[in-house]
Amino acid sequence: MSSYVTFTVDAGLYGVDVQRVQEALRAHARTRVPLAPEGVAGLVNLRGQVVLTVDLRPRLGLPPVDDDAQQMMVVVQVGGETVSLLVDEIGDVVDVSPERVEAPPDTLDPAIRPLIRAACTLDDRLLLVLDVDEAAAA
Amino acid sequence: MEEIDEIVHEFLVESHENLDQLDRDLIALEGAPGSRELLSSVFRTIHTIKGTSGFLAFGRLERLAHVGENLLVDLRDGRRSMDQPTTDVLLLMVDTVRDLLGSIERTGGEGDVDVEPAVAAITRVHDDVPAAAQAPTTPDAEPETPAADAPALETRAAQTTAAETKAVETQAVETQAVATQAPETNADETSADEVSAVETAADEAEVEPAPAAQAPARPGIIPSPRAEAVPSDEVGTQRGAADSSIRVDIELLDQLMRQVGELVLARNRISRLASSQQDVDLARSAQQLNLIASELQEGVMRTRMQPIEHVWSKMPRVVRDLAALCGREVRLEMVGGDTELDRSLLEAVKDPLTHLVRNAVDHGIEPREVRVAAGKPAQGLLELRASHAGGQVSVEVRDDGRGIDPEVVGAKAIAKGLRTPEQVAAMSANELLQLLFLPGFSTAEKVTNVSGRGVGMDVVRTRIEAIGGTVDVESVVGAGTVWRLRIPLTLAIMPSLSVECAGDLYALPQVHVVELVALDAQRSDSGVEYVHAAPVYRLRGELLPLVSLAGVLGVEVPQDEHPAVIAVVQADQQRFGLLVDRVLTTEEIVVTPLAARLKAIGVYSGATVLGDGRVALILDVQAIARRAITRDSELSTRDANAASVTRAEVEQVLVAGIGGGRRVAMPLASVARLEHVRAEQVELVGGREVVQYRGTILPLARLDRLLGTFAKESDELLLVVYTRGSRSVGLVVEEIVDIVEDEVGNHSTIDDSGLTGSTVLGDKVTELLDVRSAVLAADREFYDEPAPDDVFAGLDELVGAAR
Repeated sequence: MSSYVTFTVDAGLYGVDVQRVQEALRAHARTRVPLAPEGVAGLVNLRGQVVLTVDLRPRLGLPPVDDDAQQMMVVVQVGGETVSLLVDEIGDVVDVSPERVEAPPDTLDPAIRPLIRAACTLDDRLLLVLDVDEAAAA
Repeated sequence: MEEIDEIVHEFLVESHENLDQLDRDLIALEGAPGSRELLSSVFRTIHTIKGTSGFLAFGRLERLAHVGENLLVDLRDGRRSMDQPTTDVLLLMVDTVRDLLGSIERTGGEGDVDVEPAVAAITRVHDDVPAAAQAPTTPDAEPETPAADAPALETRAAQTTAAETKAVETQAVETQAVATQAPETNADETSADEVSAVETAADEAEVEPAPAAQAPARPGIIPSPRAEAVPSDEVGTQRGAADSSIRVDIELLDQLMRQVGELVLARNRISRLASSQQDVDLARSAQQLNLIASELQEGVMRTRMQPIEHVWSKMPRVVRDLAALCGREVRLEMVGGDTELDRSLLEAVKDPLTHLVRNAVDHGIEPREVRVAAGKPAQGLLELRASHAGGQVSVEVRDDGRGIDPEVVGAKAIAKGLRTPEQVAAMSANELLQLLFLPGFSTAEKVTNVSGRGVGMDVVRTRIEAIGGTVDVESVVGAGTVWRLRIPLTLAIMPSLSVECAGDLYALPQVHVVELVALDAQRSDSGVEYVHAAPVYRLRGELLPLVSLAGVLGVEVPQDEHPAVIAVVQADQQRFGLLVDRVLTTEEIVVTPLAARLKAIGVYSGATVLGDGRVALILDVQAIARRAITRDSELSTRDANAASVTRAEVEQVLVAGIGGGRRVAMPLASVARLEHVRAEQVELVGGREVVQYRGTILPLARLDRLLGTFAKESDELLLVVYTRGSRSVGLVVEEIVDIVEDEVGNHSTIDDSGLTGSTVLGDKVTELLDVRSAVLAADREFYDEPAPDDVFAGLDELVGAAR
């Protein structure tokens, strides 16, 4: 049985291993980082700690979000560093039994492939499990 | 298992400390061969290593320490005296022990470090003395396999003895448990006897291998703290510091520092809140918090401070070995070893400092004969000096050797194609010395294994700059050289200026800021001028290159925003103006390291949380300088490459419009300054136009009239000022168009009076001004006075080539 923190980005439902998630919260004001790679959304002040924020959209090949959209952050631990992932909405923590976890379909865009660890067939929809390290390395 | 790992770790930490002490003691011992105190200290150190390594079943390390100890026993008991070969083999032993420890640290085992050469060398020296009759049996008689068992027992015996020497009666019960395995050792006090006792024990081990082999598997019998306590207590009188201080994990200190950093940030926030409200109580509390936080910050910072001695302690050894290798006689003096520095910085200056010291011994200080011939004392003096100065630590490496000849440096730079002869000719002695820091520069006439491999000073500079420090060099030929490092006290907290650019806040470290200049936004010409596309600002008569922060960062600036402030910053040898929209405040900021991929951008050195909670990126001024001003250095490399093939054929020329659509080019190298003067300032002296300029009279020549054209009348004159020695003249032009590179080979010889030819620069025909005749038109005596360095050397060449 694996537990995943789920969230939506654009229309898709994604999940990351619950062990890696530190917290989820409303997106803070970000300081942009000129010249940074595309996926870097900026730096936020998380209770005095400077945390890098990664926007998953360019990596997932999705269009940028509207300026006034209220986003959420999923704060994860990556190799001793704290990184926050910018997502649209936070969902539940779901438990998925092993038989429902499948390898991502072969037809997946090769650019996105390393990002998706598995596809879980939930009752009503598909949950794509993100590789946290890949995702945070935007 | 984990406990054992911890024991090994402590053993490593302690042994490294001990070895440093050993290095110092051995060197000191050479100077005072008879000192029993030093000998005892050395002996105890080796003894401890031997004991613990056997206990931890590091057989080879133990064996090495053992033969070393044998030699030391003879020394201590006066059966032999300290001499050069003895010191050498003992130092060899120390090095081999270090290798072994390094291997243990990396792999957990002794790896493939070979101890035999060291063992053989020590045994050889030891055997030279007939008095020590008992010794040879030890290393030779023990074949490899039993050695693994025997040391375990020896160690026990040794430790038991040591423990008992202390006569700690309360621990007798524990000791007894061990002592029963090696009862012979109990009776003996002196170490000389101990050795023989150990041998007896070793013999016994053959008979009773079982308990001996078991012993190391039960670390509980002698808890390791006690094993440690033995040396530190015994040596207590000498190393008093050990009693009054404790060892703290660096990680813990770093964590404390981070927390204090956050406290400082919280304080900044509270202070800001308090100042915006009229609450007296809040203000008072905030003030108190302010005070406490400052003191705490200082205190925690102090815990991370270590005297620079820690780094210097290795120097006597380095100098001694190197001096012997190079055949120099060097006396090392160290002043200000108690100057304290943040430990992370200390770590960072270690290698550069070692390099400078090696360099001074190898290249700075001359061989004895040369020194004597030059009337200097045969022994060279190498001084290390450290002191606090203005929030920084200054460290000097000073030698009284041959010094560095700027001419040689210049010639070398040309030979290596790093600079052109023209560039070198225009440099001052100090600028020439700075060439030493160029990558690929090495003045060593022959490559030695010590220094002179072309990696050196540039690495020193890179390292020192990486920690926000600077390095420079002064030298007097024949009298010596001083290398001076300036290092900030700490990296974690620094004063900085918050600046705004395109709506974002950035922190600009204050160490780099020289001054701030406000641009008058009301005036259309705000003082920023353009040489081609490159903005410049005239700051007190000097041209200051400007770098737009928005441009460097590639951010879009809103139409209505104009840079309003020039932050004049100093990076390396360059001074430039950073254009920013606004300067907000100065603040103590806590530096948070950046994620690796943001660091890779190469413009930011970190990030910080400002008093209002916003995150600001910290600008890396040096990197910005390199980024924005690279064109210049690329240019000089390109020039240099061209120069190595033929002679320099490209020269930078200043292109000016003189009216009537005509353009003239003049060599930039001979231009001293550009000036604006108002037309009504022009006065007449005997039919010549002059202006008062910096308290002198500056004769003018109007190029338009000289060359037969007419410039537009305006109430302001633009002057190109030429200076030679004490004389200056101003050439009046209509506008400055550009600074470009002129290829000498492309000149046409079509000319006219006052011109030396023409060429095509930037798709336009440009006349080459005969500067000499133009200058003479303004001041007939201009060239009569011999000038110290002829700034027209380059010009004459250009003229010559054009003709």
